[in-house]
Amino acid sequence: MSPRLEPRGEPSRLLTWLSPVIAVAATLVAGAVLFALLGFDPARALWLFFITPVSTVYGLTELGVKATPLCLIAVGLALGFRANVWNIGAEGQLTLGAVAAGGLALAFWGDGGFWLLPLMVIGGAVGGMVWGAIPALLRTRFNANEILVSLMLTYVATLILSYLVHGPWKDPDGFAFPESRMFEDSARLPDLVPGSRLHIGALFALAAVAGAWVLIGRTLVGFELKVVGTAPQAARYAGFSHNRMIWLTFLITGALAGIAGMAEVSGPIGLLQPQISPGYGFTAIIVAFLGRLHPGGILLASLLLALSYLGGEAVQIGMGLPLAATGVFQGMLLFFLLASDILITHRVRLGRRPAAAPAAPRAAAPEAGE
Amino acid sequence: MIGVDTLTAILVSMIVAATPLIYAGIGELVVEKSGVLNLGVEGMMLVGAVAGFAVAATTGSAFLAIPVAMMAGAAMALVFGVLTLTLLANQVATGLALTIFGIGLSSLIGKGYVGTPLDRLPRLDLPVLSDIPLIGPVLFGHDALVYLSVATVAAVGWFLSRTRPGLVLRAIGDNHDAAHAIGYPVIAVRYAAVAFGGAMSGLGGAYLSLAYSPMWAENMSAGRGWIALALVVFATWRPGRLLAGAYLFGGVTIAQLHVQGAGIAVPAQVMSMLPYLATIVVLVIISRDAARIRLNAPACLGKVFQADA
Repeated sequence: MSPRLEPRGEPSRLLTWLSPVIAVAATLVAGAVLFALLGFDPARALWLFFITPVSTVYGLTELGVKATPLCLIAVGLALGFRANVWNIGAEGQLTLGAVAAGGLALAFWGDGGFWLLPLMVIGGAVGGMVWGAIPALLRTRFNANEILVSLMLTYVATLILSYLVHGPWKDPDGFAFPESRMFEDSARLPDLVPGSRLHIGALFALAAVAGAWVLIGRTLVGFELKVVGTAPQAARYAGFSHNRMIWLTFLITGALAGIAGMAEVSGPIGLLQPQISPGYGFTAIIVAFLGRLHPGGILLASLLLALSYLGGEAVQIGMGLPLAATGVFQGMLLFFLLASDILITHRVRLGRRPAAAPAAPRAAAPEAGE
Repeated sequence: MIGVDTLTAILVSMIVAATPLIYAGIGELVVEKSGVLNLGVEGMMLVGAVAGFAVAATTGSAFLAIPVAMMAGAAMALVFGVLTLTLLANQVATGLALTIFGIGLSSLIGKGYVGTPLDRLPRLDLPVLSDIPLIGPVLFGHDALVYLSVATVAAVGWFLSRTRPGLVLRAIGDNHDAAHAIGYPVIAVRYAAVAFGGAMSGLGGAYLSLAYSPMWAENMSAGRGWIALALVVFATWRPGRLLAGAYLFGGVTIAQLHVQGAGIAVPAQVMSMLPYLATIVVLVIISRDAARIRLNAPACLGKVFQADA
C-alpha cells in the first residue's frame, strides 16, 4: 500500500501554478531544518532571512534593485527554454554588456550629455548580443553544445573585465584598487525613488516583461518557440527552423542580459569593478523556471529570488552565516520546484493499482543536445 | 631551449592538473553512457572537495578523507537521481540546480576551513625508478590517486566494452525502451551509474583540495566540472580518449604558469582564459562533424524514461 505516481490524462493547469507555491513552502521547512542543524534558532533565522529585509521602505527599494537584473535576464532565458535552447551563460552576457556600456561611459568621461545614457543602453545590449551570438553561431554552424560554450564564455568575460579594470581602464587616481573611475552623472541612471538605489532600470525590466508577454501570446514567433520546444517534429513539418530560434533567443537574452549589466554599472555600482554581479545570470535560470517560463510569473519570481539575496545578507550580518546561504536556498528552491512539478503530469495514489490503468502519455522529454 | 628540469616540471604538473579532470570526466562518461546527462559535476566536485578537506583537516587522515569525499559526491548525485529518475524532472535543469546548490553548500561547510593549512597527499616515490631523470619523476613520482585515476579509466574501459553489466548499461543508454522491454532494470542501472559519477566527481574534487592545492577556497574548482563535461564530448564517450584529452587540458592549464614564468609579457588574465577557450575550440572541432557525434553519443542521452504504468 505504498504511494505511487499515476499519470494524469492531461497536465493540470492548477498544479502548474501551485507547484511553485509548494516548492517555496518546502524550501522554508528545509531551510528551518538547515538553520537548526547549523545551531541557529530557526524561527529567528527565517524571520531575519525573509521578513526583516522587506520590513522597511528602503528594503523594498533594495528588493527592486536586485529583482531588476534577475527579471530582465529571466524573461530572455524563458524564451530560450521554451524552445529547448539552453543559454546558461547569461552571467557572461551581463558582464560584456557592463564592459561595453562602461567603456562608453569612460570614453566620454568629461564630455557626456543627455545622449550618453541611451548610447550606453544600446552599447550594453550590443555587448551582450555579441557574447550571446558566439554560442549561437557555434551551435548552429558547428553543432557545438551551447550549454558548455555559453558557460565557458562566462569565465572568459569575467577575465576580460578583470584585465580591463586591472590594466587599461584602471582609475589613474585610484591607488591600488582594481576599479575604473567613477562614472559622471550623465552616465548614471536616475533614481526612481529619491534616497534609494532603485533606478529607472526597473522600468526596463517591466518593459521586457510586457514585450515578452506580447511576443509569447500574440505573435507567430511566440508560437514557433513553443512548437520547436515541445514538438520538434511537428515544427520541422511546419517549416519552423530550430536554428532561427537558437539565434533569436540567444540574441534577445544577450541583449537583455547586456542591458542588465549596463543598468548595474550605471545604476547602483557607478563604476567598473572586477565583480559586477553576484551570479544574477545563474539565479535567473531559477527565476525563469519558478515563473513557469511566463513573463508574469517571472516578475513575481524575480522578487522572491531578489529576497534570497537580501536575506542572505541579513543572516550574514545578523547571525554571522556565510553569504553562501543564499546559494543553498536558491538550489533547494529549484530542487523542490522540479520535484513538485511531477504533480503537474502525475497524481499520487495510495493503494494497489487499478486493473485497467489509463494509457500513459509519455512525458515530453526535452532533449539536451550534446 | 627548455632544460630537462623545466620539461620535467611541466610534465609532472600537467599530470597533476589532469587528475581531477580524469576522475570527474570518467564518472560523467559512465553516467552519460547510461543515457543520463548530469550537469551538476561542478557542484559535486566542490562538495567532494570540501568534505575531503574537512575530514583531512580534522582527523589528519587522507585515507578517511577520500572515501568521505566520494560518499559526499555520491549523496549529491543521488539527489539528482531521485529528481530525474524517480520524479522525471528535466535533467538539464536539475543538473544546474545541483551545481548552484553545491557551490552554496560547499561554501557554507567550508567557511571555517578557509586558510587552514594541510599537508599535501604524500607522493609514493619509488626507490631507484623515481631517480631516473625525466622519466622517474614524471612516471614514478606521484601520489596514489594519480595512479588510481589511470587504473580507473582502464577499469571503466574494460567494464563498458568487455563485461555483461557494461553492455547492459550501454544498451540502456542507447535505447531505454527496448532495454526495459527485454527486462533490464533501467532505473536501477541509471541510479548506480549516477551514484558512481557522483563518487568520482567527489574524488576529483578531493584531489583538488588534498593534492593539487592543499587548501579550501570557495569555488576552488573554477569551472573544472564543466571542462570535465566538455571532455566527455571531446572523447566521443571513449575512456581512452578521455585520458588523452585530460592530459591535453592539464597541459593547457599549466602552460599559463610556465609562460608567465618564462617572462613573456602577456596579461595574466589572457593566459587564464586559455583552458576555457581551448574547451570551446575543442568542442567546435569535435562537434562540427554532426554524424560522428550522433554515432557515438548514447542515443537516449538526456531523455526522460518512464516505464508504462
